[in-house]
Amino acid sequence: MEVITARNLVKDYNGFRAVNGISFSVHRQECFGILGPNGAGKTSTVRMVFGFSPITAGELNVLGRDVTRHAREIKARLGIVPQENNLDPDLKVLQNLLVYASFFNIPEREARERALEQLEFFGLSDKRDAMVDHLSGGMKRRLTIARALINDPEIIILDEPTTGLDPQARHTVWQRLRQLRNRGVTLIMTTHYLEEAAQLCDRLIIMDHGDILDEGAPGPLVERHVGAEVLEVGQGAAAADTLLKQFHKQIRGHLVVGDNLTLYPLNGRELLARLQDLPHQFDHYLLRPATLEDVFLKLTGRGLTE
Amino acid sequence: MIRTLQMDISPRVFKVFRRHLTVYRRNWKVSLSFNFFEPLLYLAALGYGLGVYVQSIEGLTYIQFIAPALIASSAMFSSAYECTYGTFIRMEFQKTFQAMVATPVSMDEVSLGEILWGSFKSFLYGSVILFVIFVLGLVASPWALLVPVVLLISGLLFAALSMIWIGLVPNIDSFNYYFSLVITPLFLFSGVFFPLSGLPAIVQTLAWASPLFHVVNLTRGLVLGDVGMNLVWDFVWLVVVAAILIPIAIHLMRRLVIR
Repeated sequence: MEVITARNLVKDYNGFRAVNGISFSVHRQECFGILGPNGAGKTSTVRMVFGFSPITAGELNVLGRDVTRHAREIKARLGIVPQENNLDPDLKVLQNLLVYASFFNIPEREARERALEQLEFFGLSDKRDAMVDHLSGGMKRRLTIARALINDPEIIILDEPTTGLDPQARHTVWQRLRQLRNRGVTLIMTTHYLEEAAQLCDRLIIMDHGDILDEGAPGPLVERHVGAEVLEVGQGAAAADTLLKQFHKQIRGHLVVGDNLTLYPLNGRELLARLQDLPHQFDHYLLRPATLEDVFLKLTGRGLTE
Repeated sequence: MIRTLQMDISPRVFKVFRRHLTVYRRNWKVSLSFNFFEPLLYLAALGYGLGVYVQSIEGLTYIQFIAPALIASSAMFSSAYECTYGTFIRMEFQKTFQAMVATPVSMDEVSLGEILWGSFKSFLYGSVILFVIFVLGLVASPWALLVPVVLLISGLLFAALSMIWIGLVPNIDSFNYYFSLVITPLFLFSGVFFPLSGLPAIVQTLAWASPLFHVVNLTRGLVLGDVGMNLVWDFVWLVVVAAILIPIAIHLMRRLVIR
């Protein structure tokens, strides 16, 4: 069942087109990723979904309702984790959840119960009376996610949930998100971390310059565009033509990034052995499993962090 | 124009107001004592200091003359500060508005909540000054009990006016200009410190356009028990102007935050 349907969705800001007529749908109980570099239109897309930005053109249905006309009802059933922490620094940790709950008209006693439950789940119980500014970055992030859960939402929208966190804090957040997904909550997240998309998302779209480049489950996407493995040839760009001609039977595709050459071999080990037998040796060889980054590089000709 | 001035307001606006009240409950003592310290200084310096050299104005001692007007001016300052610096910090630096509008609260309710909050502060700080001048024996009439109502309306007006400034010049440095170009001239030329009757007719006409002039007429008239139809017209003036400014403020804030 589709919980979000976008058709030819467009977002313009003062003549700048941030989202260029995209169509996608999100199914109930999946974790849906929107992957792309900064400026790809990810945040603009999710801001339209949760009714913050008015849509410029196209159609956008969330939970069976038109966002333009039913923003309030839709927002009551969503949980939003924005890119910038916007916890209320004037309030303590528990108060943050209680005040936020009041915006949903949740009765005070119930709000308190839920808030304490969320603090427990996110390991913040002993911080309930701390000021928000005294929390670490990872704790703030967890509190923001806890806040988004206070209305027991049907869909949680996370905009860059782990950007700016150290690796350990990131893994803690991922673990919580996986638990939520296992509970059957629908998750939508934007990210420019491939590992995040690969670890969490059941299905994703890859965006760049306001367009969707491709969509699918992470594994099949990688398989379709690149294959199982890639072989990086250090400073092999100059010799690309020669190598491709010589080994065209073992290679299904390639990509030149800077002076490096990345080959998509049919059989990685075999190709590596052949390359190492050549009289001319390259700077380095690296045979590794293919990732979403390779897909992204292939689709756009540049990396996600550029 | 009609469409853009339409507002999306539900009772949830009081949840926004309650958020401000919750925050305020944490630091009200400090905030309140600072805010009534300044009018007290004026009262002491001008009323007791300068007042010695000032002959009676309209049959009043100088302190009797300025005390009720300081209720009006301190109420103006409190909502003007709240709905420039306070509102802007919540919007721009704390992103509190963005967090609120991700819930079923609408941006219009956020803005109106700010305006109600600014009005409440006018009411609170003005009433504290009223109480102080009552203790000092400067309240002559039970009509003074209506002053808080005036403060609420003038608070709405100055809160909306301040947020219109934010909507037009959304920059924290610009608030200096707001205070030096708008609020301070109002403070000086609205009959707080001297009656305008001695000034040229043009100044008196300009004063009629000053919201604070009408608030001062009301607080002074009510505190001194000098009431008449003219006060009704002052009150109507405030209600009408507030009713015009509030939708404009809400519209400009929506244009600023929602993109």
